[in-house]
Amino acid sequence: MNRIVYLDHAASTRPYPEVIEALQPFFLEHFGNPSSFHVFGTVPKKAIEQARAEMADLINAKPEEILFTASGTEANNLAVKGVAMAMEKKGKHIITSAIEHYGVHHSCKMMEKSDFEITYLPVDEYGMVDPDEVGRAIRKDTILVSVMLANHEVGTIQPIRKIAEITREKKITLHADARMAVGHIPVDVEALGVDLLTISGLHFYGPKGSGALFIRKGTRIQPLIHGGVQEQGRRAGTEDVPAIVGLGKAAVMAKERIPGEMKRIAALRDKLEKGLVGQIDELKVNGHPEKRLPGFLNVCVRYVEGEGMIMMLVSKGIMAASGSACSSKALKASHVLTAMGVDHATAQGSLLFSLGRETTEEDIDYVIAEMPPIIKRLRMMSPIYPGNRS
Amino acid sequence: MQHSDYSEKVMDHFNHPRNMGEIQNPDGASQVGNPTCGDMMQIHIKVEDGIIREAKFKTFGCVAAIATSSISTEMIIGKTLEEAEKLTNDAVAQALDGLPPHKRHCSVLAAEAIQAAIQNYREHALGGAK
Ligand code: FES
Repeated sequence: MNRIVYLDHAASTRPYPEVIEALQPFFLEHFGNPSSFHVFGTVPKKAIEQARAEMADLINAKPEEILFTASGTEANNLAVKGVAMAMEKKGKHIITSAIEHYGVHHSCKMMEKSDFEITYLPVDEYGMVDPDEVGRAIRKDTILVSVMLANHEVGTIQPIRKIAEITREKKITLHADARMAVGHIPVDVEALGVDLLTISGLHFYGPKGSGALFIRKGTRIQPLIHGGVQEQGRRAGTEDVPAIVGLGKAAVMAKERIPGEMKRIAALRDKLEKGLVGQIDELKVNGHPEKRLPGFLNVCVRYVEGEGMIMMLVSKGIMAASGSACSSKALKASHVLTAMGVDHATAQGSLLFSLGRETTEEDIDYVIAEMPPIIKRLRMMSPIYPGNRS
Repeated sequence: MQHSDYSEKVMDHFNHPRNMGEIQNPDGASQVGNPTCGDMMQIHIKVEDGIIREAKFKTFGCVAAIATSSISTEMIIGKTLEEAEKLTNDAVAQALDGLPPHKRHCSVLAAEAIQAAIQNYREHALGGAK
């Protein structure tokens, strides 16, 4: 095998070399504690505040509205549990969607154990939440609405702005998990009207262990981690300076590149989609045709199973992901596809290609050439493929 | 570049499945579904003098499911029905140098499919359909 085509950017992205360069000095050279008053604290402290401003700038927030976390998952936990705990006197009802990432989903499940009631909003066949459904689900005791900005499996971009119009009128806190969107499409917290927004560094060429939660001024939220007064007393623990600096740098890089990359990557994705649809029959494209992240192509290849496809693709150097039951440790089909009404057998053939900054046209041509024989082989083995019956 | 969860044997059978396909007019046939993940395995056998002469499989399932069906056809060819019937999922998993814990149920499916094919053969034979 010689060619490696990495199309799993939804799982992790290769950081920009500039990001690694920027964070490197904060391991050995500027190792000081940002809380120290002496000179060893000054450089890291300044670097954190610079990164905060850079991160804020990318999403049109104010620096003091950015709280650094160790991951997008932590930010999601903080958003859901933190608001729930801060607001429980007012009410114990949370509205979320059926297709959230586990960070939000399991945090909601956790709050159910503390007598919170959760409404899981359905989605349509494209994985889209209907804002009117949000309006209908709101009760007197609703304290939080948490709907992702873009889905992590099918890439569908949700009508957050419309949802915000409703939550604002009712004075309910709105959280959007934007871990898949930030750094890939323009995200503007003012235009969206959200109160909380989740950011994850590893998903847009930043380091692992970096994340942030945008917290609009005036939003009531309880910290999850108690101790010192770092992050305005909202997240204790000495700051992970390298991760934070890397996240800031990734934000700067993203801001420059989003306009060009969005178009370039969407064109490659469209080419891949056309190429696969044109050559493989009974291939279902998942996600919204237009309102979709530029790098996402999620398909279901009928009559075959995802893990087998992944393995065969791997043997050709192509790295992708699947939402099939067999490929998950829990042996459950993707809850996103299930919520979109995809039946179990079809979901078994799920395949996610997620493109990124290193994806080239040659990569896409290669995948388009390699996929059909793989599918043909697996379908020949499949007892349910009608094409086998003569 | 392979996923480390699977043994080399599993990958070998997945990449080069033995006895994949169907038998025209099989003496015994079965199609069983996997209740855990909803997959499907089909086994066809040809029997002569109480000995399995030919076995073919088709599988809609994961890498482990394909590998277990492949190796279990190998393991029953040339065996008497009685011997073949005794093939356990443990034996299949062992022959593949083990399976990851969450993939054990796939080998259960293979053993079930073989038993069902033998059962089907016996019903035919007894019923005089053959
Ligand atoms: S057949 Fe589904 S996990 Fe093996």
